[in-house]
Amino acid sequence: MIRVFRSEWRKLRRPTLFAGTLGIVFGLSVLITSLLFILLDGEGGNGPRGRIITRDTLALPSGLYLGFTNFAGLLGTIALSVFAAQTALEYTNGTLRNLLVRQPKRLVLLAGKYLAMCSFALLTVLVSAIGSIGISLALAGTKNVNTDAWFTSESFELFYSNLGNVYLSAIAYGTVGMAVGIILRSPISSIAISLAWILILEGILSFTVDGLDKWLPGQLMSLIAESSNSDISYTYALVGTAIYLTIFGGIATTLFLKRDVSN
Amino acid sequence: MSAVISAENLTKKYGDLVAVDHVTFDIPAGAITGFVGPNGAGKTTTIRMLLGLVRPSAGSARILEHPISEPETYLPFVGAMIEGPAFYPALSGRENLRVLARLGDFPYERVEELLELVGLADRATSKFKTYSLGMKQRLGIAAALLPQPKVLILDEPVNGLDPAGIHEVRNLLRSLADSGISIFVSSHILSELEVIADHLVVVDHGKVLFQGATKDLLAAHKPRLAVRGSNASDLKSVQELAFAAGFPGEIIGDQLVIMAPESFAGELNKAAFDKGIVLTLLQVTRPTLEESFFEITGGEK
Repeated sequence: MIRVFRSEWRKLRRPTLFAGTLGIVFGLSVLITSLLFILLDGEGGNGPRGRIITRDTLALPSGLYLGFTNFAGLLGTIALSVFAAQTALEYTNGTLRNLLVRQPKRLVLLAGKYLAMCSFALLTVLVSAIGSIGISLALAGTKNVNTDAWFTSESFELFYSNLGNVYLSAIAYGTVGMAVGIILRSPISSIAISLAWILILEGILSFTVDGLDKWLPGQLMSLIAESSNSDISYTYALVGTAIYLTIFGGIATTLFLKRDVSN
Repeated sequence: MSAVISAENLTKKYGDLVAVDHVTFDIPAGAITGFVGPNGAGKTTTIRMLLGLVRPSAGSARILEHPISEPETYLPFVGAMIEGPAFYPALSGRENLRVLARLGDFPYERVEELLELVGLADRATSKFKTYSLGMKQRLGIAAALLPQPKVLILDEPVNGLDPAGIHEVRNLLRSLADSGISIFVSSHILSELEVIADHLVVVDHGKVLFQGATKDLLAAHKPRLAVRGSNASDLKSVQELAFAAGFPGEIIGDQLVIMAPESFAGELNKAAFDKGIVLTLLQVTRPTLEESFFEITGGEK
């Protein structure tokens, strides 16, 4: 398993993927957090979907990482894309057969690959947190946001649990990406179909059908990062996501173990 | 000679299509065995089954005395290149080999040795996608050699190589076989296998049509005598002489080709001389592997 993990990292650390992904994550998290502060007094809202986040809200212990939390959904879609691409490319490149000749225990190969990508996702979450918190500290003074509560033990505790939730959410998105990658065996199809479902179809469905949110995997996965919303509890989101991941993961693992490698 | 690979009634069906049909063969140790067949004959599917990538529908096989249902027991001693070299386009040749070296727990020094061996040391840092087809093939062979294999399975290793590249690969395979590695190599370039293969397994439509020593396949078919006279008109007379002796012949261009053993050459020469015919060419030719292949597969050139 360790060998698979380290072998996978030789691929993950290639500059275009490693520096490119982390650079995009850092840049976007800085951008989204900056908008939170720059548009603070704007009428169009400064949060996701036009939500207004006030100066008082930002001054709460959770204000330091509010931008980071807002970025969680995008972080999830990035994790989904990386997991899906890294998995499906093994089929389209034909490299899976080389890997299986060197590591014939398919479950070990799959598990090592998954763990390597989970560690990559952890890096993206940490980089995004650093970018977001850094820019929050830099902009708070210029926008007269009171930061006294940011440096309390309550704030730090909330930060750790928030970091964990964002990471869990990213892993959930990534797991879906990896499962779809195995099922479809094409990076473009895997990413396009997953993102179209999560970003477009789920959005339309949740707006048009009342109460459907609690059944949609994408909504549940992003709720883990946000901890909860007014309608759905954190525990419900966690259990719902776990059920979806068990189904997706089970199908994908079975296919990976049983399917002939013909390409 | 003991068998390093033994297949018994190995079969693979995809729905109604039988890709490999009760294939049975033995691959001897320490030799180069050619795996010959036209496209779609079932060569690659057979190789994939041997490597644990494709599950057989029926039958069994053993590699180094381990059943193919337990690939983890024998693959550490097997090197393989299946259906052309497949690597990560954005990684360098060296990084691609290191990915596999890390996975198989082989030292990185081995990667450097192999890059040197296949002549890619000076392009080791170039991305795989910038490699020529010949370089890609050589990297594929290097990857197959990573585990210092006892058995090397190569699927079309000379595909896309120029004559010099083919010559290099041929010499490499010969030196590997001489060092004790058993090599199972598929190719549709029959003339290549004729030169390097000690043994052959001939398949068509998923079935084994011949297996044995290459020389046995070639010897199984009658040699021929090619005859040319000082006058083209003499060929008809020589043809009648040969026919009278029980060996039919056919005039092709300015030559008469007689299906006859080498021992008949002297007799024919004397009979022609007695008739006042001067032969300017009397040559024994053996059928090429390609001709033998088409003869046993019933195909046409």
